[in-house]
Amino acid sequence: MHNFNYHRPKTLSEASEIFSGAEDAVYLAGGQTLIPTLKQRLRQPSDVIDLSHLAELRGIAVEKDAVVIGAMTRHGEVAASADVRRLIPALAHLAGEIGDPQVRNLGTLGGSLANSDPAADYPAAVLALGATIHTPTRTIAADDFFTGLFETALEPGEMIVKVSFPVPKRAAYMKFRNPASRYAVAGVCVADTVSGVRVAVTGAGPYAFRQTEMETVLSKSFTPGALAGIAVSEEDLNSDLHATAAYRAHLVGVMARRAVEALI
Amino acid sequence: MKISLTVNGTAHSIEVEPRTLLVDVLREQLRLTGTHVGCDTSQCGTCTVHVAGKPVKACSMLAVQADGQDVTTIEGVAKDGVLHPMQAAFREHHALQCGFCTPGMIMTALSIVERHKGEPLTDEPLTDEMVRKELEGNFCRCTGYQPIVAAILAGAKATV
Ligand SMILES: Cc1cc2nc3c(=O)[nH]c(=O)nc-3n(C[C@H](O)[C@H](O)[C@H](O)COP(=O)(O)OP(=O)(O)OC[C@H]3O[C@@H](n4cnc5c(N)ncnc54)[C@H](O)[C@@H]3O)c2cc1C
Ligand code: FES
Ligand code: FES
Repeated sequence: MHNFNYHRPKTLSEASEIFSGAEDAVYLAGGQTLIPTLKQRLRQPSDVIDLSHLAELRGIAVEKDAVVIGAMTRHGEVAASADVRRLIPALAHLAGEIGDPQVRNLGTLGGSLANSDPAADYPAAVLALGATIHTPTRTIAADDFFTGLFETALEPGEMIVKVSFPVPKRAAYMKFRNPASRYAVAGVCVADTVSGVRVAVTGAGPYAFRQTEMETVLSKSFTPGALAGIAVSEEDLNSDLHATAAYRAHLVGVMARRAVEALI
Repeated sequence: MKISLTVNGTAHSIEVEPRTLLVDVLREQLRLTGTHVGCDTSQCGTCTVHVAGKPVKACSMLAVQADGQDVTTIEGVAKDGVLHPMQAAFREHHALQCGFCTPGMIMTALSIVERHKGEPLTDEPLTDEMVRKELEGNFCRCTGYQPIVAAILAGAKATV
């Protein structure tokens, strides 16, 4: 790992100032993606800005019809939160299935979303639940957030502060895990929300996306049978040593059906 | 930069580079070589230590991230030369062959027991299946896990 300057800001504005004053800065959250990346020298930033001392990024709050989770909240905290388990059990379940206990003790919601790894779990829930991502200066709808492979709508230096998840009527997340890494080979989140049925897929494509065909049929009939006629296209899906695009397309159908089955 | 770490109850003030990994401070500077490095890529869990009471992979954490916190390594588990009941259970159940994964296994095992007795939400009796799920971040290349799971179940009983 190359050396870098290390900063530990106490306020959001201090963090942004350090970012814009540095040559090539990067934020550090749980480090469960960033530190392996630095070790492999895939990134060689001049400055690392540790977000762990920013109070605004912490905590889980219940607001009217929504659960608001700070960006620095660890996966393990979301999985164990009594409020999340009560109001959005699918989200607590998802967080508890990320990686392993050690990874969940450090990895964060904000880090996972900012990274937009094609195989990450949280993006599916953020999209399906129609969450809103808050930065210091604006809010971004989940539908506009994921823009490409490891790419998001965040501007350079823009930080995720918190994410607001509307409480759904019911929701479930099912993933087919890579048995070694436990990342999603394909994961589907189905949510029956006040604004209709939303289905989001992760792991299968370059970034998380909505499966609108499934949304249409499930809006008419929220049953596993309603999905039977849908042939998920393998076009634009990922092929790698873990699975072919055709297999991923098949898995998307299976995971979606299992999610619906879990809800009726 | 200077950081302060309380390791196994002893306070240390240590000079590190920002890039120094926690595991390297423990092994190279404090000479606590019970914490092992198996993969160095966040996968195997042989480097597991507790930071602020929670198991983490010390190869995937910067030492500066642990500044000001309590760290427990395998060297801090036995008291006054007497094995902790979990360590004794590993010995009793033959839960190690080469022993390379064992320090990490024990650190994870201790937190499994802690969590399953502490939090009301997870306060159910520990089962074989639960232990296996909790061990997903710890690899063993020798034992086939069976004796490790048996040891953790026995160690949990002996601890509570
Ligand atoms: C062994 C292993 C298994 C894993 N398995 C899974 C899995 O099954 N499913 C899964 O989804 N993930 C998995 N992960 C990834 C894990 O969830 C990471 O914790 C997560 O992807 C990144 O979060 P982090 O807090 O560690 O972020 P970091 O690694 O600290 O940062 C990641 C990136 O996000 C940026 N960033 C961080 N926080 C913010 C913020 N608030 N605002 C703006 N930018 C920010 C950083 O600058 C960096 O570029 C696994 C990781 C490991 C090591
Ligand atoms: S050495 Fe840290 S996880 Fe393998
Ligand atoms: S006993 Fe050899 S790796 Fe576990």
